[in-house]
Amino acid sequence: MNRCLWCDEAIVNQFDWLTFFTGGEHQLLCEACLSQLETIRQPVCKKCFKMSNSKRCTDCKRWERFFSGDDPLEKNVSSFRYNEFLQEMIAKWKYRGDYVLGSVFEREIKRAFKFHYHALLKEAVIVPIPLSKSRMDERGFNQSEAIAEMATDDRKKIVQLFERIDDEKQAKKTRAERIFAKNPFKLLKTTNKTVILVDDIYTTGTTLRHAARLLKASGCPAVYAYTLVRG
Amino acid sequence: MVQRIKKWFHRPTRLESHPTERARRRNLLPSSSSYFHRLTEEEERKLAKRFEGKLLLRREIPLSDPQFNDLLRHQLFTPHPSFIKTIFQTRCKRCNNDKPSLLASFPCAKCCRTHLYCRNCIMMGRVSECEVLYEWNGIRYQWPTLLNACTWKGVLTPAQEKAANLVKKAIADKSEMLVWAVAGAGKTEILFPGIELALSRGARICIATPRSDVVRELYPRIGQAFKNVEVEALYGKKKNKDGTAQIIIATTHQLLRFNEAFDVMIIDEIDAFPYHKDRSLAFATNRAAKKASAKIYLTATPRGDLKQKIRRKQLPHCFIPIRYHGHPLPEPKLVADFSLSKRLTNKQLPKSFIRWLDQRERKTRQLLIFVPTIQLAEQLKVETAAVLLLKKLIKDESEVAFAHAEDELREEKVRQFRQRNIYCLLTTTILERGVTFPSVDVVVLQANHDVFDEAALVQISGRAGRAKDDPDGEVIFIHDGKTEALVDAVHAIKKMNLRAKTFYTKESER
Ligand SMILES: [Zn+2]
Ligand SMILES: [Zn+2]
Ligand SMILES: [Zn+2]
Repeated sequence: MNRCLWCDEAIVNQFDWLTFFTGGEHQLLCEACLSQLETIRQPVCKKCFKMSNSKRCTDCKRWERFFSGDDPLEKNVSSFRYNEFLQEMIAKWKYRGDYVLGSVFEREIKRAFKFHYHALLKEAVIVPIPLSKSRMDERGFNQSEAIAEMATDDRKKIVQLFERIDDEKQAKKTRAERIFAKNPFKLLKTTNKTVILVDDIYTTGTTLRHAARLLKASGCPAVYAYTLVRG
Repeated sequence: MVQRIKKWFHRPTRLESHPTERARRRNLLPSSSSYFHRLTEEEERKLAKRFEGKLLLRREIPLSDPQFNDLLRHQLFTPHPSFIKTIFQTRCKRCNNDKPSLLASFPCAKCCRTHLYCRNCIMMGRVSECEVLYEWNGIRYQWPTLLNACTWKGVLTPAQEKAANLVKKAIADKSEMLVWAVAGAGKTEILFPGIELALSRGARICIATPRSDVVRELYPRIGQAFKNVEVEALYGKKKNKDGTAQIIIATTHQLLRFNEAFDVMIIDEIDAFPYHKDRSLAFATNRAAKKASAKIYLTATPRGDLKQKIRRKQLPHCFIPIRYHGHPLPEPKLVADFSLSKRLTNKQLPKSFIRWLDQRERKTRQLLIFVPTIQLAEQLKVETAAVLLLKKLIKDESEVAFAHAEDELREEKVRQFRQRNIYCLLTTTILERGVTFPSVDVVVLQANHDVFDEAALVQISGRAGRAKDDPDGEVIFIHDGKTEALVDAVHAIKKMNLRAKTFYTKESER
């Protein structure tokens, strides 16, 4: 029997002729849990995918000013809105280390990459945001890597260009602290290909821009991003 | 913890008593390790107190690697594989879970291979196949024998005393029993003489309950009643979870870390969700108790299986139908309101509720409002504040709050409510039991909703009239269609009140 990955209730498959002919999709969440995941809907900020009525949200305008019009990040694509349910699910996934929960997002990640980055991916490489060594030891896996692996079937497209130097939890810092903190990444290799950075959550966009800045400074032509959640 | 390096004094431990083992140790130990730690008896006792009766992951043992490896080499810890595998099934050693949907695998970066982990007990920290569970194997810790440890100076009512004597007897005999006591009977006090007896025999005691709110409420009360005894509370959000006290008050989840630790296991609210649903919690409480131990179950609303055991005389029990202050349980008033659903969907309070607000006996009583869902609690907050402001029952919007299961601030809100800084608390069934407030009126909106089963409704009614100087309190169930649960709950309360009356007559006849 198929059980919901979140609440472990049995999933009653609604059998109809369509699923009969297509073989149906293996459902991972029950209807009740699935309905609590909110996907991002239009209109969104064209740059960062925050749900917003203007083409550039205030966050992005602030970044433009911060970099004097030369934001190292071209664009971010996200799939889900941050709500309490997703917050709990992501916490269980990455902090508790319930790896299998990540598969809930697989279909949406694949769709988003195909829809937004299909053309780009012919040339570009996917770079997951790394965890620090101690976090990695603690959790045993990196959620950004897991997202990257779900995004493409071609493992050669995924490269690790960074190493994390600081150990402090970004989550515990305030916005100001996060922005002024020194760059937490060290570039291990340079690349002359376009890069799609992958992370789980876009909150202020600082983490991605730290990484993007290092890449741009070392000759990378353009940096895009995919984050599962736009906070 | 143990830092200084000392000379190794040879002392026989349980394992060592075998002569070849002793010889092996003598030859092997002193030369083979670079870091060498010689434990004194005092140090080993300390370790025993900290680690005995537990089943822990390496990261739950706060010792340095050299220290720990040394203890391991001396076989003071026994490693157990974290999964028990047979051809047909795989089982988590910690929580006994063998449900395939709750076992999964992940690519472990540390081992560079994919392996199994348990999803069932992941909230206690992930157990994966590459890890081992450690059991203390050194000397047994002797818990102190404490005479006259109870510092509570209250007097038990005759009904309480009768039950207390039975509890004492069960503890002395290391047997099982059920205390079935209505909400407000003073269950906690009933335990005191039994706990005192157990302490006088050097026993270790655990009070387990499914809810952390109840742990937090019990902890200060037990601490007060046994001032000179180490008492420790263990629940999810608590930072320090050492679990080294003689009396442990814990959520059932926390017991997953224990293994044959307790001589007395008291399980409060044995009928409460999720205890009756999650098999691994029953497993945990069983394993945490020693093989020969007393097991005392407390409940106000036994479920079918327990009732059956009582009827078949498989489980000795005692029934306390009266509250400690002698007043009957407030009987709920059923109020049918057929515009209820419509009003609630519009985020409005039902008219019947507003009408009742005007007719309440005592407006100084705080309001505890139960609703079926978190969303509804949240949605109704603004409207409730507006209505109460209009009726001049509150002075400020901040006197209305809502609390739910995942609420980070629940603990704080409950505290504020108890201190009467909050006048009205909207909540889901999470506060149905365990927590007590001295003087409240209780309202259930949409009492015919599925989440309110008979036990929940009886428990909810039990929130009212807890104080001696205000023993009544109103209980209002607003519904738009009677359910079996509603009728049964009212019936059960009336029946208990009736039994209370006959109980009194019997007592006075003596
Ligand atoms: Zn579900
Ligand atoms: Zn934006
Ligand atoms: Zn487990």
